Amino acid sequence: MTILEKVTALLGEGAVLEAGTDRVPRIAPGSPDAVALLLGTAHQEGWRVRIEGAGTWLQSDAPADLALTTRRLDRIPAIEPPDLTATAEAGIGLDQLRQQLADRGAWLAVDPPGLAGRTLGSIVATATAGPLRQGFGPIKDHLLGVTFVTGDGRMVQSGGRVMKNVAGYDLTRLQAGGFGAFGVIVLVHLRLRTLPRADITYLLEGSRAELTQVGEDIAAAGLTPAALELVSPALARRERWVLGVRLAGSPALVAADETGLGAATGGGGRFTALRAEEAHAFWMRLAEGFAVRPVTFRIGGVPAASDELLDLLQHQLGDEWISASPAAGAIRWTGEATVDRLQRLRRTLAGLEVPLTLERAPWPLRGAVGHFGAYREGVGPLVTGLRRTFDPGGGLVVATEGE
Amino acid sequence: MSAPSSLARDLAAIVGQRHVRQSRAERLTYAMDGLPTHRRLPDVVVLPGTREELIAVVRLLAVHRLPFVPRGAGTGLSGGALAGAGAVLVVLTRVNRILRLDHANRLAVVEPGVVNTKLTAAARPHGLHYAPDPSSQSACTIGGNVAENAGGPHCLKYGVTANHVLALEVLFADGTLVDLGSPGGEPWGPDLVGLFVGSEGNFGIATRITVRLTPLPRAVRTMLADFSGLRAAGEGVSAVIAAGIVPAALEMMDQSCIRAVEDSVYAAGYPRDAAAILLVELDGRDEHAVVAEAEVVAELLRKAGARSVRTAADDAERERLWQGRKKAFGAMGRLSRDLVVQDAVVPRSALPAVLETIAGIARRHELVVSNVFHAGDGNLHPNISFDATDPAMKARVEEASAEIMAACIAVGGTITGEHGVGLDKLRYMPLIFDPESLGAMLAVRRVFDPEERVNPGKVVPVHACREWTHGVRSRSGSPNPGAPPRGQPIGAL
Repeated sequence: MTILEKVTALLGEGAVLEAGTDRVPRIAPGSPDAVALLLGTAHQEGWRVRIEGAGTWLQSDAPADLALTTRRLDRIPAIEPPDLTATAEAGIGLDQLRQQLADRGAWLAVDPPGLAGRTLGSIVATATAGPLRQGFGPIKDHLLGVTFVTGDGRMVQSGGRVMKNVAGYDLTRLQAGGFGAFGVIVLVHLRLRTLPRADITYLLEGSRAELTQVGEDIAAAGLTPAALELVSPALARRERWVLGVRLAGSPALVAADETGLGAATGGGGRFTALRAEEAHAFWMRLAEGFAVRPVTFRIGGVPAASDELLDLLQHQLGDEWISASPAAGAIRWTGEATVDRLQRLRRTLAGLEVPLTLERAPWPLRGAVGHFGAYREGVGPLVTGLRRTFDPGGGLVVATEGE
Repeated sequence: MSAPSSLARDLAAIVGQRHVRQSRAERLTYAMDGLPTHRRLPDVVVLPGTREELIAVVRLLAVHRLPFVPRGAGTGLSGGALAGAGAVLVVLTRVNRILRLDHANRLAVVEPGVVNTKLTAAARPHGLHYAPDPSSQSACTIGGNVAENAGGPHCLKYGVTANHVLALEVLFADGTLVDLGSPGGEPWGPDLVGLFVGSEGNFGIATRITVRLTPLPRAVRTMLADFSGLRAAGEGVSAVIAAGIVPAALEMMDQSCIRAVEDSVYAAGYPRDAAAILLVELDGRDEHAVVAEAEVVAELLRKAGARSVRTAADDAERERLWQGRKKAFGAMGRLSRDLVVQDAVVPRSALPAVLETIAGIARRHELVVSNVFHAGDGNLHPNISFDATDPAMKARVEEASAEIMAACIAVGGTITGEHGVGLDKLRYMPLIFDPESLGAMLAVRRVFDPEERVNPGKVVPVHACREWTHGVRSRSGSPNPGAPPRGQPIGAL
């Protein structure tokens, strides 16, 4: 029997989707149990499995015997507005989830890069936070728990669905940003917020140096914007660099921050307030911009180093498509890059105590560079041990450390 | 492996004779933590005074393959920092330097024995503070906070310990040191800092801790609302959260707790006849905005049935209101000889029903249960007053505790929100995790500590784990010949 025949016998014809251009069979299990069944079988058979969501973020090109897509895991078992929690399967698109939450007055305060249909599982597995990380933290801060299936088909729960939980080790944080190296996330318990009653975006154009100073002034004034993002001209599709400031929350807090913004930056008249649809378009353009070029990575340094890091990126790779939260020390770059340049950049950054996480790239590049690398001494064996724990056969094709 | 007769002498050679405790009287000091229902007498207690001494101690224990238990100030409430026979207790309170305060990048690097409030005191001149504020913060250590992923009243807005730890230097049981995380918070690969925080000492000892500091709020409003019923107070909590307001803290106390506080030296002016009070704190950058939000909150609480809503007039009154809350556990010492501080979390919307269930459990077991807790998070702390010298009463306390946990689990809650599993809640772990998930935890622990020598017998009930035969690897990646046989309780080491 071929792999496809075996999988069809196992999960039914409904689970078999049209293969991609590389003709690797694409399988879409319809339930977490089906994922466990498929991975258990793959482990026994020695099949190599690549993990996919909607196929809108990480390139679907890893060499594998089959592709497991979570796209049929698209249910939302629970939305609890009074508790500000929700439970969703990993294959739900963020756009759909966002809409259903909004209908109930709830909000998941994340705005990851990528296209609108990007799956929740993809966002969690890659820990790709967007500009809202400034006000609401990284992806892991929005997670209450996950259920995942290991490479050999075991279903493991971590965390729960309440706001605080220290029962057992926090495997949820291991999965957030693990890129699937420790299993396939099938279910996610989320921490929500109420939909902000006021939500306004201001833009300011200028030189990078000018806007960096404005950003520092805003931080020094104690303002707490939901997003404070410095965007390169090419990414913002503007003539000059852009500083996007998003204020979201209760009307009283937003009004106070608007006043404070003006005071901190020498008069609010310098900023342009966007209408709601303009603001939506601005932030969407920013998010989608990181999904269209072949290579995207993020780096994270201390806030005071942001300017130096932007200079370094400009020098080594060019700064055409870049977005940064200077106050959070987070920078995302997208464009074209070679293996040599990325490896050199990662080594240089490691010397500055700044990790580089490769978020997306064609397989030949990400296989060579790896999502992670330049580990501190002793970290590599830990990662290897954890991978062997959760994927004992090594069947999950994930470019963890590169070659 | 049993301790060699030369162990105490060898430890003394590292830390000095006076920092090795061997007599029974001295060791008794360390036989309990903040939970009076568990007692274990360590064989030896050692108190290293520097990071270098700590490393040397752990390396000596590695040579002898002895189990050991790291301990901070001993304020934990789960029996997590107890070392039984055969284990060495390594007390970290003397490894207590603040190594760096970087106000520009809003971070600090500290040793594990730094007391929580001392870090905030050091940061305050720079307009910063360390946000996690467990009730024991005047005594508990940052290392202990990391091990337990400690919370506190202000974690509602600012997050728990895990949200504030950026990087760690970790000392493993074999004596090796590893740096995890980075000062910017981006991990070097998987989030091993996030995995380590809350691992209750099972993975190793955090010897250097880089934490995020948070700007001090410029405006603060602290309000006291009193209710004639617990249910109305619970509805007040829901109304505030549903309005999209995130208070810095939202705490609840029931009548038993109120009276205990008011009868003590910590009297805060709480209304003695109230069935429940809510302590609500709002903070922010802008005075007008905070006042405006405070007015909205006051109106919501009145609509929910508050008899009165009072705002602290000045810092002195605010401090008095908070002292009553933070010293409530101490005040309850007046009610009985012993006190069990329980810890569980439920969905916020389930608070009123669960509180009524707990009251019923208390009545049935003829026990006094007082509630003081983080209502905004749904993090309950039912406190059971009892006399540990009365075996029958102690048995009723155990039964009532189990029933309270079961009631919380039944509404979708969990068995601990901030105190940890330790020894006390091992028996409840199979109620919320299946054998596969518990097995996964044990396998992860063995990646960090293949011989299971650090804090043995805590967190994961080995007997309830499904086997992960291929998960056991030493950190060098080779099979682990030193691991105990499967199914053998960790505590049997």
